Amino acid sequence: MAMADRGSDGHLNIIYWQAPSILNPYLSGGTKDLESSSMIIEPLARYDEGGNLVPWLVDTIPTVDNGGVSSDLKSITWKLSAGLKWSDGSDVTAHDVVFTANYCMDPAGGCAQLNKLADVENVEAVDDLTVKVTFGVPKPFPYGPFVGSEQPIIQKAQFADCMGAKAPECTEQNFGPIGTGPFRVTEFKANDVISMEANPMYRDPAKPSFATVTFKGGGDAAAAARTVLETGEFDYAWNLQIDPAILSDMEAAGKGTVTSSFGTAVERLMVNLSNPDPALGDKRSTLAGGPHPFLTDAAVRRALSLAIDRGILTEVGYGAAGKPTCNVVPGPAIYVSTANDECLVQDIAKANNVLEAAGWKRGSDGVRSKDGVRLSILYQTSTNAVRQDTQAFIKQWWSEIGVETELKNISASVFFGGDQSSPDTYQKHFSDIEMYTNIFSGTDPEAYMGSWVCSEMPTPENNWLGNNMPRYCNAEYDALVAELAGTANIDDRARIVITLNDMLMQEGAMIPLIHRGRVSAFANSLGGVRQNTWDSELWNVADWHRK
Amino acid sequence: MTEEITTKQSSQWRDVWLQFKTHRGAVIGMIVFFAIGFLVAFGPLFWTLDPNFIDIRARNQGPSLLHPMGTDQLGRDTFSNLLAGGRVSLLVGVTAMALSVLFGTLIGVISGFFRRLDGPLMRLTDLFLALPLLPLLLVMIMLFRDTLRGLFGPETGIFILIVTAIGLTSWMPIARIVRGDVLAVKEREFVLAARSLGTHNTQMITRHILPNVMSPIMVSATLSVAAAIITESALSFLGLGFPSDFPTWGRLLYDSTNFMKLSPERVIYPGLAISLTVLSVNYIGDGLRDALDPRIRGR
Amino acid sequence: MLKYTIRRLIFTIPVLLFISLVIFLLLDLSPGDPTAQLPMTVPPEIREHIRQALGLGEPMYWRYLMWCNQFFIIEPLNIIEQAWGISIGDGANRTRVMSWSTRSPVVDLIIERTPQTLWVVGMSYIVGIIIAIPIGVISAYKQYSWFDQTGTFISMVGFSVPTFFTGVLLIVIFSTLVPTDSIFWLPSIYDTTHKVTDWDSFIFQIRQIIMPVFVLGLYNASQISRFMRASMLDNLSLDYVRTARAKGMRERVVLLVHVLRNSLIPVVTVLALNIPHVFGGAIITEQVFKVNGLGALLILGIEGADIPLVQTLTFIFAILIVFFNLIADVLYGILDPRIRYD
Repeated sequence: MAMADRGSDGHLNIIYWQAPSILNPYLSGGTKDLESSSMIIEPLARYDEGGNLVPWLVDTIPTVDNGGVSSDLKSITWKLSAGLKWSDGSDVTAHDVVFTANYCMDPAGGCAQLNKLADVENVEAVDDLTVKVTFGVPKPFPYGPFVGSEQPIIQKAQFADCMGAKAPECTEQNFGPIGTGPFRVTEFKANDVISMEANPMYRDPAKPSFATVTFKGGGDAAAAARTVLETGEFDYAWNLQIDPAILSDMEAAGKGTVTSSFGTAVERLMVNLSNPDPALGDKRSTLAGGPHPFLTDAAVRRALSLAIDRGILTEVGYGAAGKPTCNVVPGPAIYVSTANDECLVQDIAKANNVLEAAGWKRGSDGVRSKDGVRLSILYQTSTNAVRQDTQAFIKQWWSEIGVETELKNISASVFFGGDQSSPDTYQKHFSDIEMYTNIFSGTDPEAYMGSWVCSEMPTPENNWLGNNMPRYCNAEYDALVAELAGTANIDDRARIVITLNDMLMQEGAMIPLIHRGRVSAFANSLGGVRQNTWDSELWNVADWHRK
Repeated sequence: MTEEITTKQSSQWRDVWLQFKTHRGAVIGMIVFFAIGFLVAFGPLFWTLDPNFIDIRARNQGPSLLHPMGTDQLGRDTFSNLLAGGRVSLLVGVTAMALSVLFGTLIGVISGFFRRLDGPLMRLTDLFLALPLLPLLLVMIMLFRDTLRGLFGPETGIFILIVTAIGLTSWMPIARIVRGDVLAVKEREFVLAARSLGTHNTQMITRHILPNVMSPIMVSATLSVAAAIITESALSFLGLGFPSDFPTWGRLLYDSTNFMKLSPERVIYPGLAISLTVLSVNYIGDGLRDALDPRIRGR
Repeated sequence: MLKYTIRRLIFTIPVLLFISLVIFLLLDLSPGDPTAQLPMTVPPEIREHIRQALGLGEPMYWRYLMWCNQFFIIEPLNIIEQAWGISIGDGANRTRVMSWSTRSPVVDLIIERTPQTLWVVGMSYIVGIIIAIPIGVISAYKQYSWFDQTGTFISMVGFSVPTFFTGVLLIVIFSTLVPTDSIFWLPSIYDTTHKVTDWDSFIFQIRQIIMPVFVLGLYNASQISRFMRASMLDNLSLDYVRTARAKGMRERVVLLVHVLRNSLIPVVTVLALNIPHVFGGAIITEQVFKVNGLGALLILGIEGADIPLVQTLTFIFAILIVFFNLIADVLYGILDPRIRYD
């Protein structure tokens, strides 16, 4: 197939219904901003659609074997490819890479990607094309800095005056970064539309095939899907979270294709192992307030999980964009456990038996109780049509096993925010069960598993800043997490992660429901799309062409 | 010798009723409104299907004997959802309207009648007009949701919260319009006459001013029922409304908008319900306006 | 009248300041959080770090005074500098009101969005007025005729069906069901980069605003025609109309010169009052057609808990509301000789 010359395919139209607000990923963690900026600025290496690390601005990935990573696992050396140029014509050097790291690590900058530079002690330019990163502790997985769409390289000359507190004020730079990517910005209207043109300095002279791009934002997912699949106004739409029946009906029009791929996102029910009773006042949902009256009973948790038909939930709410799962780590494949798969099949009868055997008897109102404790659950989640449907299903199934449920939904900006004064945040967890999706970036779950150690519990003392929503605390778990941090061998790491996953499942910190994928749609006339959930979906936009 | 002509003793309200009856649209509107109210209030006693019951095998079905209006994507019966939703939507519409009309008329009349209070009250109106509804609702919910839930239970608690929020944010146009009319009426000769007879302020307001400003109040009241129902649906979609297992017409309409191509009937039923209700209320308002206006009555 | 106007104008300033304080308190108390929209992969310590960098750690009164300084002093200075090309003080180092999500000046965002708002929402307001007034007049004149019944019915329907429904319905019909190459096909997404330079681009602009203008225009026309009709009915039964007819004036003169003029008084004031809503009130329609105007900006700000953006936008709406209230009052006083303010 003949490759077109640069710019020969004309115009490309992309629609992201959540509009990009800024093109600097260091000042925003929003996925839409990361993805739109990935067309312009690039990292040293990134993940392909299979989750494999591929070199991007370098020729090879440094490893212990080729000497790029030191044997004590404390430093990694990257060698830039020769002849790389910024879109304004100047050379890409190691000093730009060093500058990028310092830009993000500046304490006054509020860098949103700081955690990817965790444990970095020093970044230096050994020569004009070589960068050495030194860590304070041995890192078995040193591919945090400069890898992935969260860590693109920015030009030192452009951002020189934007360090620290001045970072947010450099609007011109934030809205039009100079990069090495296949496109450069011609106009940026925040939260509205980005106009781009092919980068004349791009390293491959025959790419990109498109001369200009319009990157539009706004509206909702259904409207975005419509523009690709039915009206043909756009070529690519991202993140189409809509009812699968509607989506397949749109696809039947024949103008576009729906594609889904799976990363690490799992929609799950977070159990509250502490007591959310409002009568406890300040001690509400903390360890100090005592254990949960019934969710600490393994039989109850097992019954709740058995009563759920994950297949129906997937079919109705997610379609091709979901798979039932019983694990909190659904991928990559080496980390997936098979020990918990009992939950894949709904069994109301067994659930009822489990509860009977544990002493939970039905009262006159149909609700089970034991020693005066009723099985009455407050189940909260964010406002979202699919989530509300899921809640409706689960409420009905739980009523069949004698559990009474009250449903609550909260606006996303409140639920996922950290506002201390609001009782409705997911950190505070002032409910018995809350539902949302969590993911980890890249392919390594080490930081993710560290979310459920005892010290990560949100409490009033640490301003509710923590990741351990279920308030799970187990010394064995903490010890294993520490062991993982020092293990280098990939098979040993996989074994530990699987053990950790099983501990969380069996001790009921959470009840996983659905492994969620990302659904996007592209026009049938668009070629070269390789949908990627491990990095930006636009990672290979340079290869896109008109068929 | 003249015969004694006896005419029936006629009260003012009887005259109003007679005039109202001549407005065909208003009468039809009244019948439709009461029919909807009756259906919604007593329907669930006969049609006992639980609106929340999920029957997954009966998903996305068209009309049938078991489900006269079909089912939604979870297999819930649309007809019972419509009935249950009607109760909530009608209640919200009428209560919110009553609140905003009460408040708006109070402020409008006082502001128009008492010149010294006019300035401050109108600035208060400006303040409320400038307040953004959504953050206000978020704050109210954050502050009061748990207390109301504890006192009245989750549904009634949210009902009071929503009705108060809508009422608090929609009285301003009514106040302005009423004030405008009060200002105009205040200058009329009969008011001057009444004042020179020594009528007290309260009597002046209730006997002379209020009946003459009924017209804009009626129009605003009927418009605000529609606005209240639609505002409630917008709020439900933003998650600031009733819990999701609580159907309302607005939510039903919103949920089905995306299914328009697949199953258009699902959109038509709640849309029709809202439109019919609003239409009938508006026609009643129109008839009432004609009937209460002494200049039109008996023409 | 003049005394009244001056008195009102003087009062406007403390009123506006008070309103800005109330709005600020409301937004501060409101439970949203600007870091809520960040993906789960950003850990809580980083979120706290970002919050501090945004200035959320400072005490409330300090943040309010900062905003006042930025809005009342720095922004006007900037506008003066740009309008007259002069330079006052140290222009480069002044901190302007910055949005938390885009990290760019809020005023620039607003200016960027005003054209499409005026094109779509402003146009629909004008269209609504042009349609509604004749309909209202004729409906009132021929009360209970078939024209009145039909007109009333259509306006009721236009008013009671929500805009997200009519908008999506129109999109389904004109963008999806109608084939793309037909002359009747209409784009479902508003292109804000489109510039009108010649006849063809003008036609394209018309095509992309037809649907949102129709949706909003119908909604506006319904409300206005009801008011027009009610006002006309009030006036048609008054004595001076009977006198005019008795004097032998032609019906058209009676209607258009006498009755219409007097009936327009309350309608004009209602129209003036609703002008501020042109700027911020068409949120749903803007969402449906992706017009990305000021209403959409407000919703985005509220959902993202972007307090400087919401504060500035809401306050600008407040200024417009207070200002147009004043205009409406003064207009009412001028047009209706029965009103006395002093």
